[in-house]
Amino acid sequence: MSTALEKLFEKTKQEKRAALIGYLPAGYPNQKSSAKIIKAMIEGGVDAIEIGFPYSDPVMDGPVIQAASEEAIKNGAGVDEVFNLLQTTAALGTPSVIMSYWSPIEKYGVANFAKKVAQMGGSGVITPDLTIEESQEWQNESTSNSINRIYVVAPSTTDQRLANVTAKCSGFIYAASLMGVTGTRDAVSGNARSLVERIRKVSDTPVAVGLGVSTKSQAQEVANYADGVIVGSAFIKIVQEHGSGRSGLKKVKQLANSLSEGVRNAS
Amino acid sequence: MSADKKVDELTSSVLGHFGPYGGRFVPEALIAALDELAAAHTSALSDPKFQSELAELHKTYTGRPSILTDAKRFSEHAGGARILLKREDLNHTGSHKINNVLGQALLTKRMGKKRIIAETGAGQHGVASATAAALFGLECVVYMGEADTKRQALNVARMKLLGATVVPVTQGSKTLKDAINEAMRDWVTNVSTTHYLLGTVAGPHPFPTMVRDFQRIIGVEARQQVLDLTGKLPDAVLACVGGGSNAIGIFHPFIEDSSVRLIGLEAGGKGIETGMHASTISGGKPGVLHGTRSYVLQDSDGQTVESHSISAGLDYPGVGPEHAYLNDIGRAEYRSITDDQAMYAFSLLCKSEGIIPAIETAHALAGALELGNELGKDATLLINLSGRGDKDVQTAAEYFGLPL
Repeated sequence: MSTALEKLFEKTKQEKRAALIGYLPAGYPNQKSSAKIIKAMIEGGVDAIEIGFPYSDPVMDGPVIQAASEEAIKNGAGVDEVFNLLQTTAALGTPSVIMSYWSPIEKYGVANFAKKVAQMGGSGVITPDLTIEESQEWQNESTSNSINRIYVVAPSTTDQRLANVTAKCSGFIYAASLMGVTGTRDAVSGNARSLVERIRKVSDTPVAVGLGVSTKSQAQEVANYADGVIVGSAFIKIVQEHGSGRSGLKKVKQLANSLSEGVRNAS
Repeated sequence: MSADKKVDELTSSVLGHFGPYGGRFVPEALIAALDELAAAHTSALSDPKFQSELAELHKTYTGRPSILTDAKRFSEHAGGARILLKREDLNHTGSHKINNVLGQALLTKRMGKKRIIAETGAGQHGVASATAAALFGLECVVYMGEADTKRQALNVARMKLLGATVVPVTQGSKTLKDAINEAMRDWVTNVSTTHYLLGTVAGPHPFPTMVRDFQRIIGVEARQQVLDLTGKLPDAVLACVGGGSNAIGIFHPFIEDSSVRLIGLEAGGKGIETGMHASTISGGKPGVLHGTRSYVLQDSDGQTVESHSISAGLDYPGVGPEHAYLNDIGRAEYRSITDDQAMYAFSLLCKSEGIIPAIETAHALAGALELGNELGKDATLLINLSGRGDKDVQTAAEYFGLPL
């Protein structure tokens, strides 16, 4: 049986467009507001939600997500808040995944984590620091709970390794557009397209590009060659600047709307 | 499985596993660089030219072999046990850190990279890295928690004098753990030109194995020196453990000598029971931090908990994976030494031997006092005197209430 996430990529393929995936750390800026922000993202046209497990040592993340994660943890976000938000989001009918560094998953128990994701209606988990060599147990448990395993690949990933890693992915493959950490950039790295092209040679799984996408034109550019566009820091920046009250939520929805036009305008 | 068999597996670890510990938990972006580094390390190990270049540096730059000091007056306080000090404090830059740094700097050259980055807590590894960068003409950026740059202002100045750029890290707890995070982020971004010169036996493979191999020289020398002096092996080898590089360096050549007890002394801070400590093995649980699986201080959500120690160099919530394994198979023991115990031993060594040790090292000395009193005068204890205490004069003066 396919996950909600897999069905989404089938649908966007038929519609000849890319899927728009929005990221927010659970409990940022607090639990109640994070649910509202996600709702605003969905109302604005985000197709799938990536819920971040706020972690104390996020080495893949730039300053914006670091600060947001720190604030979320300070305000009490932990594993319960992550799963509650996952359940809330999935219940809205939006394909939802968790993005988590490996430490919290291992602490919770690999089998229990996979089971809980499935129970809460989640489609899968993005694991930015789990290498395929260390993931035998995760592969078993994610498979037996029928959830997607999403690994991140990078421009430095060799062709051989790209084949090995993408063979273990399902749902989508997370292609990091550049060598670096999360955060908005003035331009999408030119490495992104060539990475996606290299992935196409070894895998039929949909490819979503993340890192450094924040505007409509960037979303449109990426949607020209990728199946999904991932936006995180840009949403968080809005909340940092405008708060999560009515005006902040309105701006979140506007950004989602404009990005959503971007992924539909691609050729 | 017997301990001996398990020890055999240590040396043949695939992808840096030590039993269930070690491995690689890092962004995919770093895999190619880690593979390149592992290959460079492996080929250098069997390259006579590399080895002779490193040996020459040890001899003419660091001042190796470091001497062995028979601490006779200190011994009176340790139940009369014979106390032999391996004097890594006499190395150029003042600690064992230079052993690893010179090795990795040569590897950096071998890989054709021109820039090194390093993390530092107390500043000893940062100073050693800045030193090697000056020696080899490499660009050097050192990440240091903002809190530590204030605690260790003297070492910040030393690094700058040596031509390095020191970046104060303001994220998280603003200490060593966050300096490592920031160094990893730099490395992910600049990996094609940059080598991450990690200072301890933690982090993703090949770091725990490679740093150990560069620090083994301590134990190789000391084992022979003790044999030459006493005609037999010591009863125990003691070293302080933060990440654990000086400890693994002196332990490793003794692993197959099953009669020799290996004892690591962790920083107990205000006492494990208070929660204000850095005793990762004694007071932590298995988990993942900074790219490796080992014992970690963390909460029920897998979030890293801040460690506490009077010694900045031991103030780290993780520990090298090989130590975790040596603990689990019972080949090494790990004890916890409080701030007060360490400072007592610090003062005692100053006054009984005329040697001011690093506060990190004072934890090993406190362990020697404890073990000497347990074993009595027939015992011989080898202690890794891993660093000198010049950098700690201010902290010690404050602790003992001396006017500055």
